[in-house]
Amino acid sequence: MTEPYLQLVGITKRYPGVQALSDVSFDVAQGEIVGLIGENGAGKSTLMKVLGGVIEPTAGVICIAGVERRALTVNDAIAAGIAFVHQELNLFDNLDVAANVFIGREPLTGGPLKLINRRKLHDAVRPLLERLGCDFGPETPLLPLSLAQRQLVEIAKALSLKARVVIMDEPTSSLTISETRRLLSVIRDLKASGVTVVFISHRLREIEESTDRVVVLRDGHVAGRLDRAEIKHDAMIRLMIGRDLKALYTPPKAATGDAVLELVDVVTSAHPATKVNLAVHAGEILGLSGLVGAGRTEVARAVFGIDALVGGRVELSGAPVVVSTPGDAIAHGIYLVPEDRKRSGLLLDMSVSENVSLADLSAFAPGGLINRRAEAKNAEEQKRRLNIRVPTVDVQAGTLSGGNQQKVVLAKWLSMKPKAIIFDEPTRGIDVGSKAEIYRLMRGLADNGVAVLMISSDLEEVIGVSDRVAVMREGAISGFLERTQLSEEAIMRLATDSQSQVH
Amino acid sequence: MKKDLGLFLLIVLVAAVTAYLNPRFLLPINISNTANLVGLFGLYAIGEGLVIITGGIDLSVGSLFALFGVIFLDLLVNDGLPWGLAVPIIVVLGMVIGSIHAFLILKMRMQPFIVTLCGLLIYRGAARWYTGEGTSGFPFGTSYPTLEFLTNGRIPINTPWGVFGLPLSFVAFILVATVMGVVLHRSVFGRYLYAVGKNEEAARYSGIRTGRVIAAAYIICSSLAAISSVYFVEYTRSIAPASHGNFYELYGIAAAVLGGCSLRGGEGSIFGIVLGAVLLQILQNLVNLLGIPSSLNFTVMGGVILIGVLLDQQLILYRQRRAATRGPAHSQDSAIAATAK
Repeated sequence: MTEPYLQLVGITKRYPGVQALSDVSFDVAQGEIVGLIGENGAGKSTLMKVLGGVIEPTAGVICIAGVERRALTVNDAIAAGIAFVHQELNLFDNLDVAANVFIGREPLTGGPLKLINRRKLHDAVRPLLERLGCDFGPETPLLPLSLAQRQLVEIAKALSLKARVVIMDEPTSSLTISETRRLLSVIRDLKASGVTVVFISHRLREIEESTDRVVVLRDGHVAGRLDRAEIKHDAMIRLMIGRDLKALYTPPKAATGDAVLELVDVVTSAHPATKVNLAVHAGEILGLSGLVGAGRTEVARAVFGIDALVGGRVELSGAPVVVSTPGDAIAHGIYLVPEDRKRSGLLLDMSVSENVSLADLSAFAPGGLINRRAEAKNAEEQKRRLNIRVPTVDVQAGTLSGGNQQKVVLAKWLSMKPKAIIFDEPTRGIDVGSKAEIYRLMRGLADNGVAVLMISSDLEEVIGVSDRVAVMREGAISGFLERTQLSEEAIMRLATDSQSQVH
Repeated sequence: MKKDLGLFLLIVLVAAVTAYLNPRFLLPINISNTANLVGLFGLYAIGEGLVIITGGIDLSVGSLFALFGVIFLDLLVNDGLPWGLAVPIIVVLGMVIGSIHAFLILKMRMQPFIVTLCGLLIYRGAARWYTGEGTSGFPFGTSYPTLEFLTNGRIPINTPWGVFGLPLSFVAFILVATVMGVVLHRSVFGRYLYAVGKNEEAARYSGIRTGRVIAAAYIICSSLAAISSVYFVEYTRSIAPASHGNFYELYGIAAAVLGGCSLRGGEGSIFGIVLGAVLLQILQNLVNLLGIPSSLNFTVMGGVILIGVLLDQQLILYRQRRAATRGPAHSQDSAIAATAK
């Protein structure tokens, strides 16, 4: 191995009352892919902020190309070629690709007029896009681009800054399977051209597939380092949580019952030409897999009354129900845990207690006035039941970690009487420990006779949790798989065009 | 609550300074007159506050005072309707106007600012056309003693400092504020208003009929404006439709903003709006009593609102920064994010 380009030695960061990092040493050489994993709160983000010059460590040394420093400034980090591709992209969707890549550094013309030299700008951006194999040009507006394409724009921006170390924070969490493959190959190309990639992800399979080395953080310490040959799923989990995770799948306690939630010839506005037929039975977890854009979320939104049904009907225990608003769905016992919990699931500025009671407020308001004590009591009960880690239920929901926020969304529904619950990407951006708890809750619901429909893009999760899987392709159900038939290949075959798979 | 306390202290300070510079400020007649104005200008500010809490705005109330005023006088004087019938008709008209605003904003997806700005122009023009640019008023000799007492009357109260007339407009304001305070802070509807103002999408995903909640806010706002317009008719006794109620929507918005309502929605309290309305009228009074040229009236008001909101936000930022450096144990990530910014 070559001399490390960048070395962090004994980095410690203390906040009053919190030890965010203690004695963490981390180094990267040129042209390697380093995985950085750990549960939420393990210190990954803090460590990366030290690298970005945003946070000054309490102790430790940062050494770049042989020069030792106590701390970096943001400009030091940029000069050293350290670039970030954030989980939530920092792009302007009202501008075009080239403008985004060179934002704040536009080549100028016209002297004191400071006009943007558009030709020079485009000429500078075009080769970067070509290098990344982008199917769009510098003049393309950002707005219509998919998340995966936007990520490439962000990477182009990093390259335009002559980045030597690109830090990617959960870059694949919102990508489809094929987009993820593409991104991983871009990462390998970057490596081949001498750029180092620090890859932070909760998707261990991707880490296993693509990294040369893995550093595992736990509670602010380095819990372990794995070399290429040692990077195995179980080994990583053991280091991350300090114990073996039991096999993901827990079978249902009883045989599944009758169909509870049935979709009969359902047509959504996103895919007006196709009909969806689907039945979720009492006591089962039905996984709904497929590529992003296959129409899964649209089905969920229509069933929950967010969007109008274009055609077909929803039946509950054999009887058709009219769902024209979410209120109707809730009244029938059909609940949705939405994909984007920060936007649709929670009121981040309101307290945990107010969030938990929101969908069932009249139950806490005899005579129209809210009984706050009853409201708080219920929230406390849910907090205990779901193990929501929060000092009191008066805390604003926005201050909680991702896993705990998701539990608050669940608490909202579990304080009522669910008949069917739809989970849309229930564990996106959630750490391993909370994931396991949420799976346990889903199984608990199913065992109590609730029909559970789980939409997920994470194949590991779909295979690990579902009793049965339905796969969607271009707005239609392309097939069902029983537990015994589940495999990544079988799902992928149904999710992508099966014709092209025939040799 | 901290916000309300700060505003209350500001009122006490302004009042104390004014009273020190001109002791006439404390005369029962001055306090009574100021209270009357607080009642008149506070009543519709409560409705404006509700709309602002949903994240909207209503710019049309000032013009509504002119339009409803001339219609009310017409019903009373020319059509000879008893006031007990004319007042409900005006209130129903207010509900209709509020419903139209809500329809355009919710069903036609227009921005509240544009809808109510057009309302401001349309209702003002309609009022001027209705009277043919003429000033309308009560004909000589007519009187409606009960209505006049209810809107403009004062209950004499003996105090050691002389007789204080408690204005019934102020009483009405406090009654409405109390009822709306319970509605906003204790009822399901009030919680929904905040939820819709904070994050309409999450509210919808929780089964709240967000459209109905927002529509209710606009209807309440226009209805309170309708009731206010009757009070203003009785206060001014005559209406020049080109100028009657000009800029009054801004007094309502100012009271709400001073009282802690954020134009982004989801924030504010009825008590805050009440204090905001009180402060505005004390400032008006201060301009009169301290011999400040009345042309500077708006300048003083604007200056105080600017400084008040500025101080408030700086205090919030300061507190956040302090909380961030302390690093609460339950949310180390957010503390780190805050310091990073």
